[in-house]
Amino acid sequence: MDVNLGMPETTVVPAGIPPLTEQTRGELREIIARYPRPRSALLPMLHLVQSVQGYVSPAGIAVCAEELDLTRAEVAAVATFYTMYRRKPAGTYHVGVCTNTLCAVLGGDAIFASLKDHLAIGNNETTADGTVSLEHIECNAACDYAPVVMVNWEFYDDQTPESARSLVDNLRAGTPPAPTRGPSKLTTFKEVSRVLAGWNDGLGKEGVSAGPATLVGLEIAKQRGDVAPAYPASTTTTEEGS
Amino acid sequence: MVFTPVLSAHWDEPDSFTIDGYTRHRGYEALHKALAMDPDALISLVKDSGLRGRGGAGFPTGMKWGFIPQGPEGQGAKPHYLVVNADESEPGTCKDVPFMLANPHALLEGVIIASYAIRASHAFIYVRGEVVHVIRRLQDAVQEAYAAGHLGTDIHGSGYALEVVVHSGAGAYICGEETALLDSLEGFRGQPRLRPPFPATHGLYACPTVVNNVESIASVPSIVLGGAAWFSSMGTEKSKGYTLYSLSGHVKKPGQYEAPLGTTLRQLLDLSGGMREGRTLKFWTPGGSSTPLLTADHLDVPLDYEGVAEAGSMLGTKALQCFDDTTCVVRAVLRWTEFYAHESCGKCTPCREGTYWMVQILQRLEDGTAVEADIETLLDTCDNIFGRAFCALGDGATSPIVSGVQLFRDEFTQHLTSGGCPFDPVASTVFSGSTTGASA
Repeated sequence: MDVNLGMPETTVVPAGIPPLTEQTRGELREIIARYPRPRSALLPMLHLVQSVQGYVSPAGIAVCAEELDLTRAEVAAVATFYTMYRRKPAGTYHVGVCTNTLCAVLGGDAIFASLKDHLAIGNNETTADGTVSLEHIECNAACDYAPVVMVNWEFYDDQTPESARSLVDNLRAGTPPAPTRGPSKLTTFKEVSRVLAGWNDGLGKEGVSAGPATLVGLEIAKQRGDVAPAYPASTTTTEEGS
Repeated sequence: MVFTPVLSAHWDEPDSFTIDGYTRHRGYEALHKALAMDPDALISLVKDSGLRGRGGAGFPTGMKWGFIPQGPEGQGAKPHYLVVNADESEPGTCKDVPFMLANPHALLEGVIIASYAIRASHAFIYVRGEVVHVIRRLQDAVQEAYAAGHLGTDIHGSGYALEVVVHSGAGAYICGEETALLDSLEGFRGQPRLRPPFPATHGLYACPTVVNNVESIASVPSIVLGGAAWFSSMGTEKSKGYTLYSLSGHVKKPGQYEAPLGTTLRQLLDLSGGMREGRTLKFWTPGGSSTPLLTADHLDVPLDYEGVAEAGSMLGTKALQCFDDTTCVVRAVLRWTEFYAHESCGKCTPCREGTYWMVQILQRLEDGTAVEADIETLLDTCDNIFGRAFCALGDGATSPIVSGVQLFRDEFTQHLTSGGCPFDPVASTVFSGSTTGASA
């Protein structure tokens, strides 16, 4: 039944990779319980596997398949469809450089080339010390902050080749700067994966409401004295006791 | 009044994303009012307001809600679901992500009102996974709303019960297409479904389902508070209300601008300082890369559904990506085509194979190895993709190519005759004026 998708078929967890314990299994079942139908839990379950192992391992695929009563091929088909699931361990800090057209033209291509050279790794590769993995990514919905670099899916807005090189140097030195629009401290790839699996890490209150570009329209509106029409009085009365 | 901040009105407050920050500005008042109304009256209200989907297609939101079968028999008897499409991924589109970061409660209040209107007891916010701080803010908002009695059982003492789940995607542009999103939410590869049947009758788990964009749903509380006439006092004849325009690229002040539908790019550029110093607008997208390119000739096109369609493009997501005269249109089109090839889910042959081959041809043009017939082959391939795939990704992939060749055929030809791309990519970067990079 097993289909070889180019991944090792063994589900033995390699040395240095944490195993999936009974506690993880319990958490996988917690995810399943959130949904009207079990299979809906698969995407967050795979995020949880990454939060433990740093990637979606063959063992992780097998565990998800078991919990959902699916074949490993069915789970692997899903895991290989979505780009956020790593098939090799991600670095502690996963760096994504947007090279979709707008960011690329504004400097993303130069930033990505510069980082490959500086880190001496290619697309989808990890530095030998395991600290930084690099990938070029598609539009991350921050075009007003182009060129954009993401680290562990936190925003590092308005980058240049120089600022990006300094950013990865700091990641490798263990002194990551805070994201531009995010928590006051950068967390690891595994920690972020746990948030994606649905566990609130309590950092949502940190960081700005909005970055500067998000607010330019509002600022200009205020300078001009532009406001939306007021709600008519007749429609805004909340009926007493209703 | 050019600008009409409603959704963005309080984004500049440091706690705008908290429940306190939201209730200070009448947050959850609309919910209280809505729960005292008949659900059908709410659907009529949204229909009367003229609100149309802000995710790109512009389908009337109230009508979508009205398609949900109700009653004790057939599909109506099955559970109903509301699914928010927060998978913002269309290149250039950057409105929902900052919106959810700054004010997730406005979305959540809209979710509860919409779910009550369509009689759903379970709602999902499908948010793209690559924006973890947005996901934290949504998780917090949901927790706060449960604690405040806006979610859970017997909401505001009305007897109405609703559960909301924040669901993170895992990286796939195609999941912004509503039926692919539903497959993904069911735990499958995100591939579009053949329609009909439509999600309204056979959506999530083959049950009646409304799928709405973030901005559409978040507009609902203001409609409940202000009324249909208030909302439709803004905008144009067939495109009502305010909306978020996202300005990006070679402009002085990229960012979010909230204004009535029908505002023009000229107005937005004039009031925001225009293009960067010494440069002129060459081409722009009105609503993301899937909407055909426009030029400086189209600066006065009213940015509403009808106006942009008349100009030969689509309003899409109002993602106004502006490129100046340093930008090579072939390079831009190639990169978008690489994107579509990467994101094609592989289900339909014309899109899967066509995008692959178009990348090869455009690469040849850029590196100077193309032959004269290549431009026609490109257009021919577009012709064979357009209208021949399950979903709009295939159609969208042809937009930049067809419009690019139409508007800039000379530049495509120049790539043939001058042995490749004649542009200097450094000139179009934001740090072109310095060698060290100026970003603070």
